[in-house]
Formats: sequence, structure tokens, C-alpha cells
Amino acid sequence: MTTLDAGPADRPTALEQLPHWGPWQTGLAILRRDLFVTGREFPVFLAQVILQPLFLLFVFGKVLTQLGYARPGYQQVLFPGLVALAAVLTGLQSTALPLVIEFSYSNEIEDRLLAPLPTGAVAVEKVVFAAMRACVAAAVMFPVGIWILGSIPWQASTAAPVVLMVVLGALLGAAMGLILGTYVPPNRISVTLTLVLTPLIFTGSSQYPWPSLDHIRWFQVVSALNPMTYVSEGLRGLMAPEVPHIQTWICFVVAVVSLVVLMVVGMAGFNRRALG
Amino acid sequence: MDSGPNGRNGVRAPEAPSRPPAGATAVTGDVADDLPEVDDEGATAVEVVDLVKRYPKAPVDSLAGVSFRVRRGEVFGFLGPNGAGKTTTIGILTTRIRPTAGRALVAGVDVVADPVGARRLLGVVPQINNLDRSLSVRRNLLFHASYHGVPRARRQKLADALLEQFGLADRPGGRPDDFSGGQIQRMMIARALMHSPAVLFLDEPSTGLDPAARLFLWEKIAELKAGGTTVVITTHDMDEAATLSDRVAIIDHGNLLALDTPSVLVKGMTGERTLDCTVEPGPATDAATTAATLGTLEGVIQADVLDDPGGGLRFRIYVEGEVASFVAPVAQAISGAGGRLTDARLGEPNLEDVFIHLTGRALR
Repeated sequence: MTTLDAGPADRPTALEQLPHWGPWQTGLAILRRDLFVTGREFPVFLAQVILQPLFLLFVFGKVLTQLGYARPGYQQVLFPGLVALAAVLTGLQSTALPLVIEFSYSNEIEDRLLAPLPTGAVAVEKVVFAAMRACVAAAVMFPVGIWILGSIPWQASTAAPVVLMVVLGALLGAAMGLILGTYVPPNRISVTLTLVLTPLIFTGSSQYPWPSLDHIRWFQVVSALNPMTYVSEGLRGLMAPEVPHIQTWICFVVAVVSLVVLMVVGMAGFNRRALG
Repeated sequence: MDSGPNGRNGVRAPEAPSRPPAGATAVTGDVADDLPEVDDEGATAVEVVDLVKRYPKAPVDSLAGVSFRVRRGEVFGFLGPNGAGKTTTIGILTTRIRPTAGRALVAGVDVVADPVGARRLLGVVPQINNLDRSLSVRRNLLFHASYHGVPRARRQKLADALLEQFGLADRPGGRPDDFSGGQIQRMMIARALMHSPAVLFLDEPSTGLDPAARLFLWEKIAELKAGGTTVVITTHDMDEAATLSDRVAIIDHGNLLALDTPSVLVKGMTGERTLDCTVEPGPATDAATTAATLGTLEGVIQADVLDDPGGGLRFRIYVEGEVASFVAPVAQAISGAGGRLTDARLGEPNLEDVFIHLTGRALR
């Protein structure tokens, strides 16, 4: 067992009590803290994640279809896209704003940065936790969709890749939030979120199938630059294959590559903020 | 774990094995002669060797090669004007700032090579409130302990004991936002103690505290020291530094200017001992003549007549040695001049004088 001649004479240090305690356990303890806090405010959290997609589904999926402005098949296009939107957006919002607040106003993150785990692991925990919230938000879409639309496109055979794509989308959003939360100065975060969120929401192919943008070429190019497009298209291909979509394997590859790039940039931003 | 007595590599060679008795106050940038006093590696709680920090785009080093050691179980005061390098040093020691060069060890662990290992062994009480606002007081303590791997049963017992000890037991479920500055500060100390750190860093802990809260804090620090915890404290408060610290380091412009016990530092100040006398003059008393007479007394460096807005006669006498021993001969000399000594105030130099002497009076 590790002995510490440097510790106070008669008092055991944490290290002596738990020689096998590692950064993993510390990371899990921090995750438990986040789950504890969210768990206590779960109804508020649920309302937060349900409200926007609920209205989107209702207006675009139900009202417009019933009024005849959208074709009946539009639900097939819309639903997978809104699941992607819920995953990416909730992930982003669950990291960006909390990070800005914790780094500048509340300094709450310090106690975690001083916990015995690598600094980058604190960022990873933030992303993982945000992705967990985002997955809940995406999962909630299914019962809400059934309730509002009556039925949703779904194939049991593709359940596993759907889950995987949702998780990827959640992580992608959280990684985007990590970048925003660490690079944007606190006094600009409000305007930045507005400037980023609106284009992100409307260029992510969640309300339209990307291949059908052939005749609006510039918008197709813009949409192709938004990583969320690949989550929307991937889910569309898996849940409603009859709708034109980007090939699923391409969606997975681009999503994974985007995630890696965003994480590398985000982690660099986090380390810059956390270490002087 | 990185623990090596080879930390002495690169330390400027100590020529004099022991410190000169009084002249210790102005060893600009070089207090390496402090190092050989600690021979036993286990007796060192913090070791800093030639620490340099230059921030990107900064024109000068924030730390320009600082070396010192903190002994195990001592209270070490870190003094310096704003921007002197205190916070940078503490930041490096607590793994939050990466040094440009040099070595820093906390409880034998290199904070650069093994920050995770170092974090287990150190506790930090920051200057500003960084408590978890989403958690109650008690849960702030419990979760902190869980980050550090303190087993559940132990952390619950410890949290209750610390809440009691720090006068927070009546509202364990309250959120940090509902408490006063003094209570917040006590919570942060209690939190830092949850993982039984070997070295506790307190950054300007008494800033903004009322006198009672400050005394409470001082008591707690004394208790921690008695319990074997090494305490490193930064402060602007000279009283605090002098009262609490076993040794004091004075830092400015990134250099260590002095390091010793407060009493040795104060003793090193010469020509600053004064005796202020108020005299009721007799009909024949002449101020200038009396001052001249006082100036001839043995041990008196100089005697000045002070302006007295009350119209009385006052002298300031600069002396060498124990000020109190001058009261009797001065009183005698004054009555010899036909006057009567009615009040005498002894001016001993204190740590503040040492600080001002070393760092100057300019505002930062």
C-alpha cells in the first residue's frame, strides 16, 4: 500500500484510505452529482426538453398536414428529423450555458477541477452528462410523437442503429456546446447562442430531406456543412427508408469524424480555460 | 509517485549554512539559504525550486525564479502586494496554473508531472465563493469527499463533525446562496477538510470577514496546525500573518524578498524604533535644547520636535535596541530640562514596516 510520509502524522489521507481509488471513480462521482441535481429537478428538465419539439410536431406534423399545406407523408420526413434536433440541441444547451456560468460567474467547476482526475476528464464528464440529457430528450420524442401524430415511422429491425445514431447526435451537440461554452466570453454568450442556434436548427435537415434540395443548391451545400444534417438523414434512413436520404453509412462516418474534430477543439478550449 | 530529495538540483548553492541573525530582510530573490535547514525529505510539505511563470503576451515574468520550502506542520504566510505573484504561486501549487519552468512539489508529489496525485493531497480554500449552488451545505461536503474517494460512512460522519465544528450544523440543508460571507468561508474550509489534505492552501481567507469571524478563522487554523496539517496562507493582513504564521515569505514582482519567522523579520528592521513623548513644559523648557539633550543619550539615534496641534510639546526619539528601556532615562532628561513627561508611546517596528520597507508604498 502506498504510504505517505508527507501526510499529517496520525491522520490517514484519502490516498491511504483508498489506494485503489482512481480517476474513473472520481469521474463517476462527478457524474453522480450531476445526475443527483438533474434528478431533483426532473419535472422541470422534462418540461424544458418536451416543449419545443411538442409544438414543432404539433404545428408542422399535425396542423399543417390537416390544413392541407403539408402532404400526409410529411410526418415521415419530420419525425426522424425532430428526434435528431432534440438530441443535438439538448446536448448543446446542456453544456454551453452551464460551462459559461461555471467558468465565469459561479466558479462552481473549480471544486471538480481540483478533484483527483485529469482536467480533460472533467470536460468529458460534462459532455457525457449532457449527452445523457440529450438522449432522454430524444427518447421522450417517441411517446410525444405517437400521442400527437397517432403513429410514427419505426422499424424494430433498425432499433439498434437508431439508438446509436441518437447517442452520436447527443454527443455531437454536447461537443458543440463544449466549444461554445469555453471559447465564447460570458458577456457574448447570449447573442452567440441566438446567432448559432437559429441557423443550426434550420440548416440541420430536420424539417426537410437533404437529397430533395437538389434545386436549391446553395442551401444544400450549407446544410451539408451542418453535422446535424447527418444525424437527421441517418435517422431518416433508418426509420423511414422510403424517404430520400443520404446513405446511412456516410451519415455514421461523418457524424463520428465530426464528433472527433469537435471534441478535440472543445477539449483544447476547456484546457485553456481550466489551466492558466 | 514522484518523491525525491533530488529537488535540490538547481538550487543556488547555499554558502552560508545558517542565516545571518538580523540581515535576513533583504535577500532579494535568493532565499536558497533557507533550504539546507530542512534535511529530512519527510519534513518538507511544499517545495518550490526556481519557479518561473510567464503568461502569454506578458512583458515580464510573473514569477522570476522563486524557491522556498514549507515545513511539514507549519503555518506558512505568503505576503505580497497585489500582482506580486502570490496567486500565481498558489495557482501552480494547486495544479491550476502550469509553470513556465522550475519544480513544485506538494507533499512530495510533483504538481506538474502528477497533478492528479497532488490534488489528492492538497486542499484549497479560494478567495471567492465557488461552492456548488445546486447542493445543500451538507451535500457540498459529501460530494466533495466522494470526488476524493472518501468512503460513504466516513464522509457522512466527517461532514456532520465538520458542520458542527464550523458552526454550520443548524442549517445543513440550506443552499450556499442563503448564507453570509463568513459562513460561506467556513463552508469552504470545511469542504476542503473533507478529504483530510496534507497541505491546506487558503487564499486571503480573512478578506471581508468581520472581527469575530476572523478570530474564529484564526482559531481554526491554529487547530489545524495542532492536528498536523500544513497550512499555506496568502494574506494582505499583516496582523494575521504575524499572528498565525510560523514563517512568512514576502514576494514582490515575482521575486521572493524575504523568508523567515515574523519576529526575525521584524528584528532585522533597524532605525525604526521610536519613542513618542508628550511633555508638559516648565517655564524654562526650550524645545530645541531639550531635543538636543535627548539626542545625546546613549542609544538614541536622533530626537525630533513634533508639531503638536494641541499646543503641547512632543518629541519623537529614534532609538536602537529595546524601546521600553529608554523611557526612564528620557523622563529623567526631560525633568532635567524643567519639563514633565506625561505620555510615552513605544513604536516597535512590525511586519507591516518590513513589508513596506521591502515592497514600497506605491499603489498597484
